[in-house]
Amino acid sequence: MLVSMRWLEQYVDLGNHTAEQLADLITKSGIEVETVESLNKGVKGVVVGHVVSCEQHPNADKLNLCKVDIGEEEPVQIICGAPNVAEGQKVAVAKVGAVLPGNFKIKKAKLRGEASNGMICSLQELGIESKLVQKEFADGIFVFPNDVEVGTDALEYLNLNDKVLELGLTPNRADCMNMLGVAYEVAAILKKEVNLPSPSVEHSDESAADYVSVSIENKEDNPYYGATIIKGVEVKASPLWLVNRLVSSGIRPINNIVDITNYVLLEYGQPLHAFDYDRLGSKEIVVRRAGDGEKIETLDDTERTLSSDHLVITNGKKPVAVAGVMGGADSEVYDGTQTILLEAAYFNGFVVRQASKDLNLRSDSSARFEKGIDRNRVHLAAKRAASLIVELAGGEVLEGPVEAGERTVEEKSVSVSVKRINRVLGTDISENTVAEIFDRLRFEYNNDNGTFSVLVPARRPDITIEEDLIEEVGRLYGYDNLPATFPYGEGTPGGLTDYQNKRRLVRRYMEGAGLYQVTTYSLTSPKKNAFFGEIGYNDITLSMPMSEERAVLRTSLVPHLLDVIEHNHNRQLDDVAIYETAKVFLTKQEKVSELPKEEEHISAAFTGLWQEHSWQKEKKPVDFFVAKGVIEGLVEELGLSDRISFQKAEKQNMHPGRTANVLLDEEEIGFVGQLHPEAQSEYDINETYLFELNLERLLTTNTEPLEYKSLPRFPSVTRDIALVVDEGTEAQAVLNIIEQAGGKLLAETRIFDLYQGEHMEEGKKSLAFSLRYYNPEHTLTEEEVKKAHDRVVDQLKQEIGASLRG
Amino acid sequence: MKERLQALKEEAVSKIEEASNVKEIQDIRVAYLGKKGPITEILRGMGKLPAEERPKMGQLGNEIRAIISDKLDEKMEQLEKAAVAEKLKKETIDVTMPGRPVQKGNHHPLTRVVEEIEDLFIGMGFSIAEGPEVETDYYNFEALNLPKNHPARDMQDSFYITEDILLRTHTSPMQARTMEKHEGKGPVKIIVPGRVYRRDTDDATHSHQFTQIEGLMVGENVRMSDLKGVLQTFAKEMFGQEREIRLRPSFFPFTEPSVEMDISCFNCGGEGCSVCKGTGWIEILGGGMVHPHVLEMSGFDSKKYTGFAFGMGPERIAMLKYGIEDIRNFYTNDVRFLKQFNRVNQ
Ligand SMILES: [Zn+2]
Repeated sequence: MLVSMRWLEQYVDLGNHTAEQLADLITKSGIEVETVESLNKGVKGVVVGHVVSCEQHPNADKLNLCKVDIGEEEPVQIICGAPNVAEGQKVAVAKVGAVLPGNFKIKKAKLRGEASNGMICSLQELGIESKLVQKEFADGIFVFPNDVEVGTDALEYLNLNDKVLELGLTPNRADCMNMLGVAYEVAAILKKEVNLPSPSVEHSDESAADYVSVSIENKEDNPYYGATIIKGVEVKASPLWLVNRLVSSGIRPINNIVDITNYVLLEYGQPLHAFDYDRLGSKEIVVRRAGDGEKIETLDDTERTLSSDHLVITNGKKPVAVAGVMGGADSEVYDGTQTILLEAAYFNGFVVRQASKDLNLRSDSSARFEKGIDRNRVHLAAKRAASLIVELAGGEVLEGPVEAGERTVEEKSVSVSVKRINRVLGTDISENTVAEIFDRLRFEYNNDNGTFSVLVPARRPDITIEEDLIEEVGRLYGYDNLPATFPYGEGTPGGLTDYQNKRRLVRRYMEGAGLYQVTTYSLTSPKKNAFFGEIGYNDITLSMPMSEERAVLRTSLVPHLLDVIEHNHNRQLDDVAIYETAKVFLTKQEKVSELPKEEEHISAAFTGLWQEHSWQKEKKPVDFFVAKGVIEGLVEELGLSDRISFQKAEKQNMHPGRTANVLLDEEEIGFVGQLHPEAQSEYDINETYLFELNLERLLTTNTEPLEYKSLPRFPSVTRDIALVVDEGTEAQAVLNIIEQAGGKLLAETRIFDLYQGEHMEEGKKSLAFSLRYYNPEHTLTEEEVKKAHDRVVDQLKQEIGASLRG
Repeated sequence: MKERLQALKEEAVSKIEEASNVKEIQDIRVAYLGKKGPITEILRGMGKLPAEERPKMGQLGNEIRAIISDKLDEKMEQLEKAAVAEKLKKETIDVTMPGRPVQKGNHHPLTRVVEEIEDLFIGMGFSIAEGPEVETDYYNFEALNLPKNHPARDMQDSFYITEDILLRTHTSPMQARTMEKHEGKGPVKIIVPGRVYRRDTDDATHSHQFTQIEGLMVGENVRMSDLKGVLQTFAKEMFGQEREIRLRPSFFPFTEPSVEMDISCFNCGGEGCSVCKGTGWIEILGGGMVHPHVLEMSGFDSKKYTGFAFGMGPERIAMLKYGIEDIRNFYTNDVRFLKQFNRVNQ
């Protein structure tokens, strides 16, 4: 909502407040003033001039040589190229030395040998947006009406010295979508009176009822409809004051009739529509739902197809307007219109909203119906418009209006006690102060011992319960005056849950391990969701995605981590280790009818160098075991080391020889591996390693309490063995045999060498283990160790045909 | 004999002094003190002396041995020290060469802000609650006093999956979910951080996915002045003790009265600058007293209980706090961006 200061002054005494001061006060009391705009865009030195003569430039076909009286001793010569300039016009003249928007200075000039001392201006040149300029002046200079005084400030006539406040209205304050509402608000803030217009209309002897009948099919859609008939009007341009009001409110002037309906819309917040009575095609108005597929050509010359969700005004046969949204082209007011049917109605916001949404037609009218208008102001607005039409377009108002439905409704009462107000706000506001605030708001009330029964005016439909009144009192009392206190009697310990604590631990561990945390989008493309192929879950698809890239909820964090790797790679950032903890969204349903499972995952991606210390010639690129090591450290942190295992696996888009599933208690909870070289080149990134784990499983799996073990009291004995085994034998299998066979005395087994290749028999590899034996009871004897160790060696020979090497 | 011993001593001592390495010292030791050395030799000839002189001479011999031995030890130590010093000198490095970098990553700036806020409210007795990102229309809107067709639903265009299921547009659904769990009994004191989604085209200031932190306190004595007090504490802890706050009336369907909170600009201190667009104030969050419909729908008696709720955007806070100019930076994760948040703030 744009509010002109000059216009607002018509209703409220603004005192000495500047626009900026007023804006601040309004903002603090509840309506945010988003901008204060000066209509004068830096213009100086523009006066009213009288074109005394206008002849063609001797040396240029398209230029005119004008002598213009600008209130100085002699008329000045100005060359003007506008097609509409003519002798006798009153025009806006930028004198030599004047400044136009953009700090454009007017200087003496010579055009094709003739002097030009100034410039005759178009409205655009004075800083008015093209979309707000009347059609007749759109392609040329602006021409004043004749009654303006030559030599005086032209901006004053164009109201360009005004300032405009732009209100950012929240949906509850639709009452301020009009000047009267703003006037009530400002008057309450400034503690001033509101001066309302008091339109009066003289009726002719003829009765409107002889011209038209009105009927409403459904009172819920349309509780009130009033039709006023005005005969003998003359459609022409509006006077300057009206043009100025509309322009300052961001509406383009059209003609007096349309301008008046727009003016009253801005002033009263009541959308009105003027039909050309003679073009209606009948003597009746019937308001009903449209038929499915019914058509209407609207004012914007577009054919619209309607449905039974939409409300239409008909002439008894066919629609002549979409209720509250836009009129029809057939009954539009034009230059030759003589009789007007002025519609002032109350349409249900829902039904207007539906039509405006379906037809993709948002208008100043639909916006107001949607947010709710003042039910009791409808007929007053019609009266105001009728009186302005008579004043500016002539004609006579027939006795009426012809009405259907209820013209007004009773105002509702809402109660609140001073005690409750202070209890909710934490204040100590007196009964008198509360009464004063309601007075300022112009709410009628009855005060029974501190309990106020407030008669809420229909212009404030947002006030329906006690709390709404508390807010009114609070905001006008001023939140600056609210004490700052601390809650009492609500002591709770607060804190993180175990899960949240562990998650923080995981993040710190990952970062300590050298990975940066990232945040990526949950929405992804179906293609990225299919990264790992069939995973047993269905895509959860948005019903109206904004793009294919953000159409489904992700089932894995990996694709977006790869996007991050790619983003960095494209910027020559090739050593990257990142991780994310976030949810994936899983459903087995074909068509979602229940909330999906949301599972928190942790995923990491590694590429480039893992460790680097250049001048010491150390460069360690990332490999599978870097990624695996991070997982091993992570599960150790969570006390789950003994319950985690890795199992060679194949996965779409992963390297077939370098990928493993991660198992917790034998159940798969994720994977680790190298991105398949093909996928890697498809992304156009370097060698990359990945893992993704079900974090929720990791964090909700309880572990044994941490228990201290006494330090060893006896020495342990270490024996190394180097084995030759089949190339395909997995180290884990060998370890399992060793641990099984080693029995209780085997305290620890470490792999310290892997050898493949030269000097090895074809198809074999060598693995070396270091076995540490320990007996907590006593110092190990040679015999004990030998027995256990022999068992290990025997078992290895038997189970996997391992032979000792060297 | 005595003279010969004395002469040997002199000779040994001067040789020791002249010695320049460990080997020479070892040789001197063998030469003078060894079993075949001259002192032993001389003392062997003691049998020719009168009996009463023998002990004297023996003593003298031992004394001289001891002196030479001490001198040898002393010199040995000197030489060893010198050798060590020489070795260390050769080991000297340029201490200004860069050290080996320690592998470390850090929190994403949003996590950093979220954890800071969480900890602040935990200190005031709040717990952290988390909820689903895919929500029902009921919890996302209806339970928050936003029935179907409510005009305020336009304020936040949503990503629907079906007519009844959508991506949550705010973390507020957890207000209703948490209150339901409390079965009408207070106090409820929670902070809800999480990801939320709105139909916005991504640009420098808009993101279809962003983070929100919701706060809710419901009890028998909760007042709007408490909201002011709690938020004031938050603002000062988060943005500096010298910050002032200002509550402005606003509108949210789930609170009544509703407010927006501004803090005095930390860039200019309130005089007006580009950060605060000349107003001296920066909008930080929205909140208010929990709407009685919301309390009632979630099973709380609105005559007995009151509550406050507030919500804020960590992206906005991080952008303000660190001067980040583009919200997309949080989601593109350029490592040069991420690495800047690798240290304490003060
Ligand atoms: Zn500032």
